[in-house]
Amino acid sequence: MKEDLVLPAPREAAADSAGEPLLQVAGLTKHFPVKGGFPIRRTVGAVQAVDGIDLTVHVGESFGLVGESGCGKSTTGRLITRLMEPTAGTISYRGKDITHASRKQLAPIRSEIQMIFQDPYSSLNPRQTVGKIISGPMEINDIVPEGGREKRVRELLEIVGLNPEHYNRFPHEFSGGQRQRIGVARALALEPKLIVADEPVSALDVSIQAQVVNLLQKVQAELGIAFLFIAHDLAVVRHFSQRVAVMYLGKIIEVGDRESIYTRPRHPYTHALLSAVPEVNLSDETDGGRRERIRLAGDVPSPISPPSGCRFRTRCWKAQDKCAAEEPPLIQISGNHEGHLTACHFPEEPTIEGRDEDIVLDPALAALEEGIEGQ
Amino acid sequence: MTTLTKEAGAPVPADADAFLSVRDLHVSFKTEDGIVKAVDGLSFDLERGRTLGIVGESGSGKSVTNLTILGLHDPKFTTVEGEILLDGQELTTARESDLEKVRGNKAAMIFQDPLTALSPYYTVGRQIAEPFMKHTGASKRAAWERAVEMLGKVGIPNPKERAKDYPHQFSGGMRQRAMIAMALVCDPDLLIADEPTTALDVTVQAQILDLLRDLQQEFGTAIVFITHDLGVIADMADDIMVMYAGGAVERGTMNEVLRSPQHPYTWGLLNSMPRLDSDLDEPLNPIPGTPPSLLTPPSGCRFHPRCTFQDRVGGTRCVTERPLLAPDRASACHLTAEQKRTIFIEEIKPRLG
Repeated sequence: MKEDLVLPAPREAAADSAGEPLLQVAGLTKHFPVKGGFPIRRTVGAVQAVDGIDLTVHVGESFGLVGESGCGKSTTGRLITRLMEPTAGTISYRGKDITHASRKQLAPIRSEIQMIFQDPYSSLNPRQTVGKIISGPMEINDIVPEGGREKRVRELLEIVGLNPEHYNRFPHEFSGGQRQRIGVARALALEPKLIVADEPVSALDVSIQAQVVNLLQKVQAELGIAFLFIAHDLAVVRHFSQRVAVMYLGKIIEVGDRESIYTRPRHPYTHALLSAVPEVNLSDETDGGRRERIRLAGDVPSPISPPSGCRFRTRCWKAQDKCAAEEPPLIQISGNHEGHLTACHFPEEPTIEGRDEDIVLDPALAALEEGIEGQ
Repeated sequence: MTTLTKEAGAPVPADADAFLSVRDLHVSFKTEDGIVKAVDGLSFDLERGRTLGIVGESGSGKSVTNLTILGLHDPKFTTVEGEILLDGQELTTARESDLEKVRGNKAAMIFQDPLTALSPYYTVGRQIAEPFMKHTGASKRAAWERAVEMLGKVGIPNPKERAKDYPHQFSGGMRQRAMIAMALVCDPDLLIADEPTTALDVTVQAQILDLLRDLQQEFGTAIVFITHDLGVIADMADDIMVMYAGGAVERGTMNEVLRSPQHPYTWGLLNSMPRLDSDLDEPLNPIPGTPPSLLTPPSGCRFHPRCTFQDRVGGTRCVTERPLLAPDRASACHLTAEQKRTIFIEEIKPRLG
């Protein structure tokens, strides 16, 4: 496998100046109906997977979407690529509304928005050769690049660090990391402007994960492709994205540049999330730079009947009556940097330093720790 | 450390203090493609009340080792050689009936996926009560009360009612708590936790890890904690053993292994992992290549095809001679102790940011 990736010079088509909005999403909502009853099955409720989110991805930017399972981050990715029909809201690509565009209208845009999937085993057709898989998008869109499709595929294989001779092999002959590279090559085949990467490295081993992250970063920087990077691993998202949005139960609760989210978070949930990441402390001082410790109680509530008002209030240590009555808007709180928006009535201090007293909401933990201290 | 290669030939006698002692363990499976040597010459010790973290990638043999300790492998296709001593009792040659007395009583296990590890047919309370009845001879009623008590201890709200629920009525985090309750119900001396938080979300993972640590303090259990996540290991373990392709490559206390690692594979793991405080916009430093197939493992040092420090050893030693792991603080690598120290300080540490 090649480590020094050879990349072609950026295309002239990337003349769009960076910083211009490429994808704009407003009020995006997806509710999945829940059916029940006998003998006639009626809709008895809805899983509110995504509930009114706004986000903008700029040209050439890498935008990270982070959250725990069930927060709606993957659904958001699928709505944006129009693999699912949104219940409400608008998606516009380069200023053009594509929310309900027909197959025909979408066709030219589909080639510009590509997707990389989580599972490199189920996202490649086992009956097709690598060459066929990667040239598939070109065939569908009737594109014959200069020098033929095969030449382009070999070029793509080289870009993603695979041997061009592997053209006629089948997916089962490759390891997980190599398969993910094939998925990346397929996504690059049509020279996309936006790639939606849904947990592209979470199925891979640590040592392989770093290889694929580096590849994606190289592709992003040198080909100027915008990324919507969906992942649950906060460290990987931080490494890959310039701007980051944190989701909880179908809503974006905080969004901002990476620096703000990771060092000056305001939303209690962002604080809890960051403090929960297990970290290797490599510094020799045992006490130096202690991080805050927040342990929430219980699990995420069901998205079928999410809490009223602020959705995080049932697990929040700062919740008051106002949180149940009024949904906090996603706004720039005083003291925040430009573009750092938080949806919270009672935001936290913008620091992740250790507190005088840990916040332990889990009753079992609190009881055990009290017992240990009491001894 | 200089005695590394001299000593390693003969298996080290079992440590007298050790509660669990694994000596020169070999586990291989018969498959259609040939014999897979999943564990190849592994030795380690664990004392009471301590936590040993085993870290490694998929296929490194970390789970197989621990399934073998409890005799959970399929004897029809598995060959086990070597010694496993649990509190003086030899387990590799033990009869099934003797193993049954150990499992769930003296040694218990927590699995990665609680939904497949719990039976969907029985209530959670009954599943927790069952091993207690079997091992202590308690009555049905006493065992049920014990199950409710344990559920309360691991933080299931309203345990009296929830004990009557089935696993599917629990959330992922609660199921893992129920598994912990089940594992600890007989107050085992050894707890094997095989990636217990990998399937969980990060905030729930933090709760479960803290819970395990607090329970360990209360019960004084020895824990073997298996994971691929160095951050989790740093949180949990007293001692660390790094595994690669069926063998241990480095061992030491948590501080020794994470702050002054000696093996190129450990360096690679630390370097390839993004952290919340690592330098931004620097590319990661992945380990080149892919883990080897255990059907045809590489000759000599298993890590040599991916190792970038081979030339420093010189000659063909890495390809021909398998470096062995001495007891205590050690790493299985042909580099000299001095080389390991200087390479880490001068080349690896600066890249960790």
